[in-house]
Amino acid sequence: MIKRALSTAAFAAAAALAAAGAWAETIRIAYIDPLSGPFANTGAQGLAEFQFYAQQLNKKGGVLGKKLEIVPFDNKVSPQESLNQLKRVQDEGIRYVTQGNSSAVALALSDAVAKYNERNPGKEIVYLNYAAVDPALTNDKCSFWHFRFDAAADMKMEALTAVMAKDKSITKVYIINQDYSFGHAVADSAVALLKRKRPDVQVVGNEFHPLGKVKDFAPYVAKIKASGAQAVITGNWGNDMSLLVKAGKEAGLNVDWYTFYAGGLGTPTAMGEAAAGRVKIVAEYHSNVANNKAAAWDAAYRKQAPKGNPDFYYLRGKNMFDMLVAAMNQAKSDDPKKVAYALEGMKTQGDLGELEMRKTDHQLIQPLYVFTLQKSAAHGGPKEAKIDMEHSGLAPVTDARVEGYVTATPTSCQMKRP
Amino acid sequence: MEFFVVQLLNGISYGLLLFMLSSGLTLVFSLMGVLNFAHASFYMLGAYFAFQISTRIGFYPALVAAPLLVGGIGMLVERYGLRTVHRYGHVAELLFTFGLAYLIEEAVHLVWGRAAVEYRIPPSLEGPLFAVFTSQYPIYRGFMMLVSVAMLVSIWLALTRTRIGLVIQAALSHPQTVEALGHNVPRVFMLVFGGGAALAGLAGVIGGNAFVTEPGMAAAVGPIIFVVVVVGGMGSLAGAFVASLLIGCLQTFSVGLDWTLAGLFARFGWRVTADTPLASLWSIPLAQAAPVLPYLLMVLILIFRPRGLLGTREG
Repeated sequence: MIKRALSTAAFAAAAALAAAGAWAETIRIAYIDPLSGPFANTGAQGLAEFQFYAQQLNKKGGVLGKKLEIVPFDNKVSPQESLNQLKRVQDEGIRYVTQGNSSAVALALSDAVAKYNERNPGKEIVYLNYAAVDPALTNDKCSFWHFRFDAAADMKMEALTAVMAKDKSITKVYIINQDYSFGHAVADSAVALLKRKRPDVQVVGNEFHPLGKVKDFAPYVAKIKASGAQAVITGNWGNDMSLLVKAGKEAGLNVDWYTFYAGGLGTPTAMGEAAAGRVKIVAEYHSNVANNKAAAWDAAYRKQAPKGNPDFYYLRGKNMFDMLVAAMNQAKSDDPKKVAYALEGMKTQGDLGELEMRKTDHQLIQPLYVFTLQKSAAHGGPKEAKIDMEHSGLAPVTDARVEGYVTATPTSCQMKRP
Repeated sequence: MEFFVVQLLNGISYGLLLFMLSSGLTLVFSLMGVLNFAHASFYMLGAYFAFQISTRIGFYPALVAAPLLVGGIGMLVERYGLRTVHRYGHVAELLFTFGLAYLIEEAVHLVWGRAAVEYRIPPSLEGPLFAVFTSQYPIYRGFMMLVSVAMLVSIWLALTRTRIGLVIQAALSHPQTVEALGHNVPRVFMLVFGGGAALAGLAGVIGGNAFVTEPGMAAAVGPIIFVVVVVGGMGSLAGAFVASLLIGCLQTFSVGLDWTLAGLFARFGWRVTADTPLASLWSIPLAQAAPVLPYLLMVLILIFRPRGLLGTREG
């Protein structure tokens, strides 16, 4: 299906080339993410939401009188494949790239985009990162062309540990992560922040397992159990997240889970009732936040959502496009260089509070939420647990809202501007 | 002690699931000489069929119906696919099953989408079976063991005690003779291929809800069952059984141990410091290397005992 979608995309691109007149009317954004393989469902979610955004925007007349179009490119979560796809993006003359899944991919892309821009003045590409959260991307590896709309791993950990620190029953914490740059970033910041906020808490394990390869987490769970931890911190995503929690439930592991990504993409479905009351998540959005100004958007998305991806998940995607459109309007141009200058330092009112694209490192500063998955109101849970995730009977309920300035961590970025 | 017992039980139950998957593969290989790359896809189909049936009728009917369905598809594949390709040799067969694996994955995408489906353990099998000191042992894991042991016994009985079993065994080594005696060998092939697919389907039914039912599940188990078959000895059912348990326990126990090579060296009085060459390699804990160990074992077996633990033919 993907191949067909891609060939359709290629065909559409060829057709666009043929009708050169139509070209100037469309602003194309290359979406480079996994659309096949084990993480295909993750890539499909972002694509569906971004295409929905483009559709809504185009209905209202687009931006600068032009249409927005999302063009999918499948990278199979491989950095090498992503660079191949970036070549295609360059060949097709697309000037905006967005990607989110895997920081390993993001680091490769950011580097390649910066080099390409240096060698091809006048053909610059802007890279919009909506989910790769390795802090390095906005610190020692920062680039003028890279903009991150998700909170970095250490910012999320700041919010998560703020909630954790209040729970005095926790004396032992186990940390388990996927073995790549992102997992190590999560582990490092968890250790550092716990030391600062709760020096009495003992870190009884700091485990790394291979990304996407473990099917049976029971042995890991036995190890966590043997360590006597009351809480587990993990940045796992996709199946690595759901299998871990499921194995924990089966073995009667009595812990609270502090996570980044238990909130979507098949995970609530896989966890089932096991998760109720035990899983905490940090993110910029969930469907049951108080004073939700994105509620109408959320509902509209759900109405037309594809079967496999029923929830509205990436508010940060909406934020990203809102800010991109604002920057284009402000620059009165869709030239990537002008738009990048308009985007950095931009402050705007988002659906849930103020958003600031910090000028020093191109990291978006935004309010974050820490929330717990509870049984939904329809399944006898609290009444604010209105909308459940993936029809799983599990619904998010806010524990704490953490304002942007609290999460803003210092940066070591030495930005070089063209 | 608690840790040891729990890990042992985990290792055995994981090993038994691996056996269920690899037994079909090794049977098909020994009979037809076909390394079926689509074998793990039948595992995935079993899980998806079971999901579909269990939402309509229930889990227990699915336990019977889904493997039968998968077995039926397996027979069709053999009859109308493999048999045609067979005359072009083993490479063509290999490529055929390779392509088939992709076709099945795409078909699953089209029918059930790319996200995980909500295939859950039935309520009657949820909960703890018994307690090991303070840890619970889930009923479902016990159920998985029961099913795989029952399957092992019935295959063994079928192969050694029934007429068709004897014909299959004879066809293993002397297909021409068996054919000359008036048996329909191609039909035997079809039955074995279907049977192998059905076994994989059964593994899918009970593995799909124990883990996650999603389109990537075939690709995830594919390599490891080949390792089991190679380590156990191509075509040896007993070998596959031993290798499955061995690899199951090897992976489970190594995950739990934080031993490093540096620690081993220290016992002999050689300290590894940050300046030691390859220091980071020596200090990787065994737990982190766990997923590689089966492959390491496979490479060692191929070097030192190419026919596998209980295999009878070379390479």
